[in-house]
Amino acid sequence: MDLNFTEADQKFRAEVVDFIKTNLPAEIADKVKHGKHLSKDDHMRWQQALGRKGWLVASWPKKHGGPGWTATQKYIFDNVCAEMNCPPIIPFGTKMVGPVIYTFGNEEQKQRFLPGIRESTVWWCQGYSEPGSGSDLASLKTRAVREGDHYIVNGSKTWTTLGQYAEWIFCLVRTDVNAKQQEGISFLLIDMKSPGVEVQPIIMADGGHEVNSVFFTDVKVPVENLIGKEGEGWTYAKFLLANERSGIAAVPQSKRGVESLKRIAASEQQDGKPLIQDGAFRDKIADLEIQLQALEFTELRILSSEAAGGAPGPEVSFLKIRGSEIQQRITELAVEAVGYYANPYLPGLLWQGSNEEPVGPAYATTAAPRYFNVRKTSIYGGSNEIQKNIIAKMVLGL
Amino acid sequence: MDLSLNDDQNMLKDSVERFVREQYAFETRRKNSATATGWLESNWAKFAELGWLGIPFSEDAGGLGWGTVETAIVMEQFGRGLVLEPYLATVLLGGEAIARGGSAAQQQAILPALIEGKKQLALAYAEKQSRYNLHDVTTSAKKEGAGYVLSGHKGVVFNGPSADHIIVAARTSGGQRDAKGVTLFLVDKNAKGLTRRDYPTQDASRASELTLDKVSVGADAVVGKVDDGFALLEEVIDRATVAVCAEAVGCMDALNAATHEYIKTRKQFGVPIGKFQVLQHRMVDMFTHAQESRSMVLMATLKIDDADAAVRRKAASAVKVQIGKSGRFVGQGAVQLHGGMGVTDELNVSHYFKRLTMIDSIFGNQQFHLTRYGQIMAEAA
Repeated sequence: MDLNFTEADQKFRAEVVDFIKTNLPAEIADKVKHGKHLSKDDHMRWQQALGRKGWLVASWPKKHGGPGWTATQKYIFDNVCAEMNCPPIIPFGTKMVGPVIYTFGNEEQKQRFLPGIRESTVWWCQGYSEPGSGSDLASLKTRAVREGDHYIVNGSKTWTTLGQYAEWIFCLVRTDVNAKQQEGISFLLIDMKSPGVEVQPIIMADGGHEVNSVFFTDVKVPVENLIGKEGEGWTYAKFLLANERSGIAAVPQSKRGVESLKRIAASEQQDGKPLIQDGAFRDKIADLEIQLQALEFTELRILSSEAAGGAPGPEVSFLKIRGSEIQQRITELAVEAVGYYANPYLPGLLWQGSNEEPVGPAYATTAAPRYFNVRKTSIYGGSNEIQKNIIAKMVLGL
Repeated sequence: MDLSLNDDQNMLKDSVERFVREQYAFETRRKNSATATGWLESNWAKFAELGWLGIPFSEDAGGLGWGTVETAIVMEQFGRGLVLEPYLATVLLGGEAIARGGSAAQQQAILPALIEGKKQLALAYAEKQSRYNLHDVTTSAKKEGAGYVLSGHKGVVFNGPSADHIIVAARTSGGQRDAKGVTLFLVDKNAKGLTRRDYPTQDASRASELTLDKVSVGADAVVGKVDDGFALLEEVIDRATVAVCAEAVGCMDALNAATHEYIKTRKQFGVPIGKFQVLQHRMVDMFTHAQESRSMVLMATLKIDDADAAVRRKAASAVKVQIGKSGRFVGQGAVQLHGGMGVTDELNVSHYFKRLTMIDSIFGNQQFHLTRYGQIMAEAA
């Protein structure tokens, strides 16, 4: 056992730092640092830079174009990216549909879709949840009926994150209404430009447009866009959800969040002294940092057993639970720290990239909107209640 | 002991409840919040007509001569509807400051017009560095001739954009954080040297930052006693704290009712999600929090008039601690149990959650009042 990085790891770290310094535009890093809204172009510029370097799909096997990193290298990469305020990598192509395609897709599909994901030239979004199917995903109703060489798709998806930018959507659809619930589901790739696809924005509590409803009316989808076998979509869906959960702990992002919280608390004044000198508030940050260490070392333990050949099991669910709780606590304390200046709401500054002066300190502008926004983290990707059910059943055998 | 409402109080409650039901459908509120001022003159005129603007003021001034029990009744119902009209700023902050500290001339000039719905007020006490300390005041008021010259900055002044007069806390003597030396001044919105930056708030209300650049006022602009403004300010804020806690109880009740309904009707896995025990227990905890909050508001309304200032201060802090804790629990729980819908702008749930969050952030948050309560408690020990 050794906590220190090897010389090779140190070298790798320096290489990552160097790459980011050269390739991440300062104005994008600044937006990330201050929790501001990122445009499609911001994401694309950064992801395409990573794509050109071959670093965008860090977890993919080498034969599909991954960099072939060790778990330690991935850990270093994620942490350096967060420390240096890189935009988060949009997971829908890279962490979700990409692995599904290279694991279950045919050769033609791999040739057709994987390069666009690796190079970030194609934006993907996720068609899983439906208005009536949230926690109970397998009850989904969007229908795909085979007619000759096509499926005709009718129905609707919801909570489609950044679907307004997407060129493609991967969808769970029901191809057999007579089979048992999970067995009638298939996994389809749908071109968003197909006639009959309509995207409607859903405005979030913080005022931002981040998620959408997607409606399908008699959408013709070629059968070659079916992944794997008809009726086996649920197997692929579960594979994908397990991947989604493992990244969801967001430890590097939370580390950055705690650092930013400390800076806020050092800057805010209370009775003429920095707020961080207030024992009660300082204790809260300390407690949070300790919680984050527990989460980080839990994730490292899992990573290390993975490196030794063990597959991550359902216990990754608690990474999601604790990760989301810690993200939420960071924002809760930021709201507490800024006091009255949590109140001003400046949509221009938050969403339209306007240059107006913030009302209070710059960091106060995003405090409350972030707090409202990250309530989603205990809801999405399988709510924390569902994650606890998974642990109770699959890990504890209850 | 009798903790039930009397006939007049029940009538008041019914009438505010009816107003909210008839005039504050969620989509109506959304439209009202998008108007230039963010609230409706016609609603304000109705408040005047029904006598609500005069509740805490003396009958001599044209008011009803009622007290905190009654203003809490109004505020609780306003909380249910997320009412946007600036009752808190005009009646409970500005109006109360004039009623409790103002000269006879100031009272005559302001209160009857306020009660008739013809005047809007705001109270400017916070500053960028002050946090919740009401006597951390850098805005200066220098004696010049018979009057004063005010210079400095005041932050997050609720109802600043609509106020005809703003009551400004400024330092007439002493060091930046001395309790002694703070004085309140009545400043006209058109006073030369006063500039405002107006903005909306997270909870769809309106506020302003004020810059005072050598604003001249007469000696008759002083509200209360020179150098003794802090005691008046603290008393007014303590009372407003209780009122805003009553509003929070209204928000919590509305959230709990919406959540209760949702978990009974939303089906997943073939059953209403309210059949799952883990959600039942969370709902029970939310219900309990709302009950305790209601109890603490009742306690505070009954103790706020105590002759002993320490009793009043402890009551205000105790109820604010309760509401900070419970508002967060109920707000977060309601969002969580509504799932994705809970974090949308479309559903009213997130709007109650935002208001509860902002209520914690004003007049001192949970932590501030826990510390304040502890200090008063320790002083007495």
